[in-house]
Amino acid sequence: MIRDITIGQYYPAKSILHRLDPRVKIVCTLLFLISLFLNKNVISYALATVFLFCVIKLSKVPFKFIMKGLKPIIMILMITVVLNLFLTSGGDVLFQVWKLKVTEEGLRTAVYMAIRLIYLIMGSSLMTFTTTPNALTDGIEKLLHPLNKIKVPVHEIAMMMSIALRFIPILLEETDKIMKAQIARGADLESGNILQKAKSMIPILVPLFVSAFRRANDLAMAMESRCYRGGDGRTKMKPLVYGSSDRIAYAVTWGYLIAVFLIGRFVAVKLWIF
Amino acid sequence: MSIKLENINYIYSPDTAYQKHALKNVSLEIEQGQFVGIIGHTGSGKSTLIQHLNGLIKATSGALYFEGKNIYEDGYDMKQLRNQVGLVFQYPEHQLFEVDVMSDVCFGPKNQGLSKEECEQRAREALNLVGFPEKYYKQSPFDLSGGQKRRAAIAGVLAMHPKVLVLDEPTAGLDPRGRDEILDQIAHLHKETEMTVILVSHSMEDVAKYVDRLIVMNKGEKMYDGAPKEVFTHYKELEKVGLAAPQVTYIMHALSESGLPVNTDDTTIMEAADEIMRNLKHD
Repeated sequence: MIRDITIGQYYPAKSILHRLDPRVKIVCTLLFLISLFLNKNVISYALATVFLFCVIKLSKVPFKFIMKGLKPIIMILMITVVLNLFLTSGGDVLFQVWKLKVTEEGLRTAVYMAIRLIYLIMGSSLMTFTTTPNALTDGIEKLLHPLNKIKVPVHEIAMMMSIALRFIPILLEETDKIMKAQIARGADLESGNILQKAKSMIPILVPLFVSAFRRANDLAMAMESRCYRGGDGRTKMKPLVYGSSDRIAYAVTWGYLIAVFLIGRFVAVKLWIF
Repeated sequence: MSIKLENINYIYSPDTAYQKHALKNVSLEIEQGQFVGIIGHTGSGKSTLIQHLNGLIKATSGALYFEGKNIYEDGYDMKQLRNQVGLVFQYPEHQLFEVDVMSDVCFGPKNQGLSKEECEQRAREALNLVGFPEKYYKQSPFDLSGGQKRRAAIAGVLAMHPKVLVLDEPTAGLDPRGRDEILDQIAHLHKETEMTVILVSHSMEDVAKYVDRLIVMNKGEKMYDGAPKEVFTHYKELEKVGLAAPQVTYIMHALSESGLPVNTDDTTIMEAADEIMRNLKHD
């Protein structure tokens, strides 16, 4: 039941994207997100589309799988589109339903907003699909390393993040198991009002907390018995080093960002209202 | 009065990278009152199989009949099914949650809608059946030893008076003595109550002694199904799939190969000892 959550999940495959340095993927994803907000006209959106779909093709992650990640934001997407569509004023009125006017400006903002949101989710989920949680936190740790100078415990934060990420599937599985065990004992989790429903969660939450603490304890013990004592002087088995494909990826993404910026600045193309 | 599975298939996370065909065309029938062992290596599909028995998992394809009725039919009363097929999960002590043992064991009967007195009556019976000492009834379940926790958790399912009791690795993580005690108690239970007992394990040694029928699972398929003696004649094939026949089987086969005409069917140490003595007397 809970197994089917895909957002933030790793999709194992062998592709150029999977092999890239996590830092590259984090930075390039950020650049892509920035580019989405620099988009101003049809050509730059087309460029973003081409860029995104080429990267998806390279990643070897099935398109269907990426689309699944969009499911949770459908509601937000609908609300954004509807609000933008009816509440933005400016330009000619295209049509009118009762008191609600749809203007040129409104239609344009709504469509652009929808595309931005969809690409935003697709872009960032592509990063998590192609990067294991551990690699991701490694990348973040390295990227934030300079903050160490102003006494930010970067390593500890990264370690906490990777532990938290690692525990998500474990705790999900545990929840699944406990839920099944209690259902097998006749627990009713679905019917009743909110209060009864909340009460029926007790047989699941109590064992879940107990087991979370037990696991945390075990992990702490295991880490200490292997002499873990924080980040000072700690070396890595697989240190992150940029390779040639990483440099190419940087160059391509920067090139793309600059292109988007220049198109938005100097090219004035209009296709109907877009 | 039986459980009947017809061509059950189950696929985990279909259409994703993690797709796994966990059960492949499994068909079997279990009569009321049987003591059945299900054996298989880790990942052989045995835990998935037993979760079908009380409808916690719905088969991707296939049919499951409980007492002649297809449980996948619309309007089938799953709750009633779960009252009759009690499932004890692996490490059942992880599901304990109440303030004391008594209330925890009462959780099942309470969900069945019984009165408080009836619940306690059943809880006492069940705790008694698993040999849980009375002085701990009012203790917090979290303060008990591993073995006692497990007894309390098994009692929690027994108190629901199921017709079929399914236990998934009830001895995992227990010491040899705790293991023997629990298994003896389950065998005793089977004799007393005439329940159907289905025991899942990966250890041949454990089950061989108790069950009258053994189902061997391998990679989601039913590999062997028969009396333990029959199944153990395939001890060489069992080894190939990461299982082993009881040590006695090996000794008896070795003896027979080196010329002592013993019967190689024996599965328990006592039977084997008698057989060897009988043969030696002949000489």
